[in-house]
Amino acid sequence: MSGESRFPGRLPAAYTATGSSSFTEFLSQAAPELLPGRRPLPPGDHGDFAPHGTTVVALRFLGGVVMAGDRRATQGNMISNRNIHKVHPADPYSLIGIAGTAGIGLELIKLYQVELEHHEKIDGEPLSLHGKANKLANMIRGNLGLAMQGLAVLPLFAGFDVDADATEDAGRIFSFDVAGSMNEELQYDAIGSGSIFAKAALKKRLRDDLTQDEAIRLALEALYDAADDDSATGGPDLSRRLFPNVMIATAEGSRRISEEDVEVVARAVVEGRLTNPGG
Amino acid sequence: MAMQFYTSPEQIMRDRSEFARKNISRGRNTVVVSFAEGVLFVAENLSTTLHKISELYDRIGFAAVGRYNEFENLRSAGVRMADLRGYAYDRRDVKPRPLAKAYAQTLGAIFTEQTKPFEVEICVAGVAGKPEDDELYRLTYDGSINDMPGYLAMGGQSDRVDVVLKDNHRFDMTLQEAFDLALRALGSVGGEGGEPRTIGADRLEVAVLDRFREGRAFRRIRGGALTALLPDEAASDDVDAGDGDTRDEPSGDTEKPPAKKATRAKRAKPDKKSTEE
Repeated sequence: MSGESRFPGRLPAAYTATGSSSFTEFLSQAAPELLPGRRPLPPGDHGDFAPHGTTVVALRFLGGVVMAGDRRATQGNMISNRNIHKVHPADPYSLIGIAGTAGIGLELIKLYQVELEHHEKIDGEPLSLHGKANKLANMIRGNLGLAMQGLAVLPLFAGFDVDADATEDAGRIFSFDVAGSMNEELQYDAIGSGSIFAKAALKKRLRDDLTQDEAIRLALEALYDAADDDSATGGPDLSRRLFPNVMIATAEGSRRISEEDVEVVARAVVEGRLTNPGG
Repeated sequence: MAMQFYTSPEQIMRDRSEFARKNISRGRNTVVVSFAEGVLFVAENLSTTLHKISELYDRIGFAAVGRYNEFENLRSAGVRMADLRGYAYDRRDVKPRPLAKAYAQTLGAIFTEQTKPFEVEICVAGVAGKPEDDELYRLTYDGSINDMPGYLAMGGQSDRVDVVLKDNHRFDMTLQEAFDLALRALGSVGGEGGEPRTIGADRLEVAVLDRFREGRAFRRIRGGALTALLPDEAASDDVDAGDGDTRDEPSGDTEKPPAKKATRAKRAKPDKKSTEE
């Protein structure tokens, strides 16, 4: 808030500049030290230096999308956190999940949430769903340098497209790579170290006409399969009652499925696996 | 060598004040009222897209009168300041008072250092847990800042609008009562021969900061929700106006006498309907 103002107390020029509705752009003028990706890192690979978040899955159902993430963060062979939240609302109609370096990922989510809200407030209307996805790709691109030094983050973006022709068909999923390319997925996607197993599990059980409840069950089954084969993905923690984070985006907006409801489904999944471990 | 004429600081300030006041007084009024369920903003605005009322942050709203480009500039600055603060600290750390103070400094600086002052009056309103704790700040073109007691009026004939609010404002009003009061206050000026006038939905911009809503409390009331709040005559009048493209015509000014009375008399509406957007 200090700066180039000529008159004491007056807001600096960055605040009253016209033309931009981007919060990131404003930050780069007003407080560049708060932007991720601007901090120089010593050369080398820093992959094991900070906790990593792992598996997040997303799939479409009739009328929306569901996104679910496990609760584990690891650092090397250690579990650094058992109750991390990797799935967040991006704005009232979209969801974002994150895998990779947890600190950078969560900072990115926070910045992205403010970015979307800022845009909506300044311009008076929200970005389109594809516009939001492109914006996210741009922010990932900004992290490329850190990614090459082992501090990669990968988001998974999903939402309800309010501009879609039919409500049943309005759920959208977007995947990204570290270099910032953006792809719209047809039915499902997963990110993180357990994603291979989660995707394999999803692929076998997927249908076109899933209901919301069926999709939530499938997402939890896929996370169970990921935790089954990947040590960095956490399964349902029955003793601590920690279960995956599940969020949906539908015509009514994005919302978190309550812990109690997730617990019921997660316990049913575990129950099923007691007699049939492979699902 | 050119001769410099001396002008006293008093004279300069007086001229600038007069200039700003004269131009603001030509505009329509805006009213902000604190009531039981939140803070209500009502502005007379012919445009449906160029807003005089908007959201600054979760529980903070902004209202303005005067030149659009100037208050829009201040509004963006406020959104930026609020978002930066919320991003750097926490959403709960964004409060109306620092925003109001920054606006006061900025308006004051522009008033003293530039040839032309901003021709605006703005309001920063924050909704709290109880109506008595709501913060309503009124800021004028010269950077003066006032903490208002539950209601405020800005714009051309705000003094007279203010009188109506002062005499009738209560903190325990429902949305319908608060809206009726705001409408009556706005309608108390600008009528022919000093008569009260009716203002139709097409000339109103209405929003509330909802006291009991989690997260972003700001929402606009328009369309059906706004028509439900309006007294019957004004509402049906609006339907007629809606058929033709008469948005920019002063349709509300030339009301028949019975309709005027109705504005004051009719208030027996269920306010359930009105709380939906």
